[in-house]
Amino acid sequence: MSDLFARYRKLLARRDQLLGQGANPFGLRFDRLLSPTRALVEGREVLLLGTNNYLGLTFDPACVEAALAATRAYGTGTTGSRIANGTYDLHERLERALADFYDRARCLVFTTGYQANLATLAGLAGPGDRIFIDSHSHASIYDGCLLSGARIIRFRHNDAEDLERRLARHRGEEGIQLVVVEGLYSMLGDVAPLRELVAVVRRHGAWMVVDEAHSLGVYGARGRGVAEEQGVEAEVDVVVGTFSKSLGAVGGFAVSHHEGLELLRYAARPYMFTASPSPATMASVTAAIQRIRDDPSLRERIWRNARALHAGLAELGLRLGADPGPVVAVVLPDEATAVAVWNHLLAHGLYVNLALPPGTPDRRSLLRLSVSAAHSEEEIERAIAAFRELVRRFDLKSAA
Amino acid sequence: MMTKDEISARIIDLVERHNPKGLTILLETDLTEELEIDSVAAMDLVMEIEEEFDLNIPVNEVADLRTVGDLVELVARELRGREP
Ligand SMILES: Cc1ncc(COP(=O)(O)O)c(C=O)c1O
Repeated sequence: MSDLFARYRKLLARRDQLLGQGANPFGLRFDRLLSPTRALVEGREVLLLGTNNYLGLTFDPACVEAALAATRAYGTGTTGSRIANGTYDLHERLERALADFYDRARCLVFTTGYQANLATLAGLAGPGDRIFIDSHSHASIYDGCLLSGARIIRFRHNDAEDLERRLARHRGEEGIQLVVVEGLYSMLGDVAPLRELVAVVRRHGAWMVVDEAHSLGVYGARGRGVAEEQGVEAEVDVVVGTFSKSLGAVGGFAVSHHEGLELLRYAARPYMFTASPSPATMASVTAAIQRIRDDPSLRERIWRNARALHAGLAELGLRLGADPGPVVAVVLPDEATAVAVWNHLLAHGLYVNLALPPGTPDRRSLLRLSVSAAHSEEEIERAIAAFRELVRRFDLKSAA
Repeated sequence: MMTKDEISARIIDLVERHNPKGLTILLETDLTEELEIDSVAAMDLVMEIEEEFDLNIPVNEVADLRTVGDLVELVARELRGREP
């Protein structure tokens, strides 16, 4: 008899092997959230260092109240897409708030950040065009490119020279050229050299899209992301982002100074053929943007914590993925060690992310830690202490 | 204009770097089944080929590759497409 899932034989074996070693790193259940940084797992309290809750806004009273009020006033869902079933004033208010925050003419919101990339890339490029993407790009960028039908060309990670070589190979060809990068890369926690990249993009008459999913609210004087931090916002044609990380909800957006962005409402399938974000989402995200504007201490706190965690782990001799930032990746020698260490940390009350090949850059096995403005200094200390104990028990430093 | 044989020879040299078991590499050799080159290694190999031939190979073309010969055909096609 044939098996509908026969193609997953290898995956199944790998999953079972992984589950044999302890808890499921890719399916851990939180029974309750006690705060942005603490949860209950099987009756025990766990310190969360594996969220993307960079500003800790998931329990922010203003955001929670806004979501509750919107749910009472508008109901639990929008029950359809904006083009078929209508726009709520909440959608427009949020789009205005984001456009203002970014000081851009136009904003579109999407149901997830994943769809924001699908809609933006498939909306901007099509067959006959070329999209140049960083080799460490998020899956949503790859998938958006595939949906567009454009030719997809990868360049070496954060390598402006390689991008330039590749753009030069198409000089004089028809079609638009889109370059897509992320502000902060979420696995290793490294930042894109946007200044060099935009210079290349400009020299070759290409267009620039920056995904600030992990940098929104964290980088830049106003929290707009890495393009703001590096002073190149004017050179970026479209910024894509998500509500699911620093803004503490679910959804995504694109902002641009090009009026034409509006046209994606009638052309981009991942905008048109899916239900719009819920009233609760729109309201809490609008409140979260206001919180970022009003309270620079959120950014100060995440950076204090990021520096403390990075320094503490570096002092233990651990190999880290990048300079201090909201994401701290600990590079481990191999997959078996990574799985064992992940389980050990969980058993000692610390939740981090396990990242294994092929989902990681250069096949590395990583523990990915993310910092929140909501972590107390004591919690960061506790995380460092857990790693101190790890270093004593496991060989974490053999070259990877 | 490079001949198919020249392209094949240079590609086989590059594929050798992904051949820890020391198989004899032929045009029929299967990248996934025999050489165990997974999707990530395939992308690395493609970057090496791009550098060797000073050529961009779109990601869209990579999914359909099965054998070493498919790689040769792809490179030949892309080189031809670049002629004036
Ligand atoms: C760089 C990047 N872009 C887009 C997304 C997708 O965002 P969302 O979770 O809102 O779908 C993510 C995270 O999942 C991401 O890391």
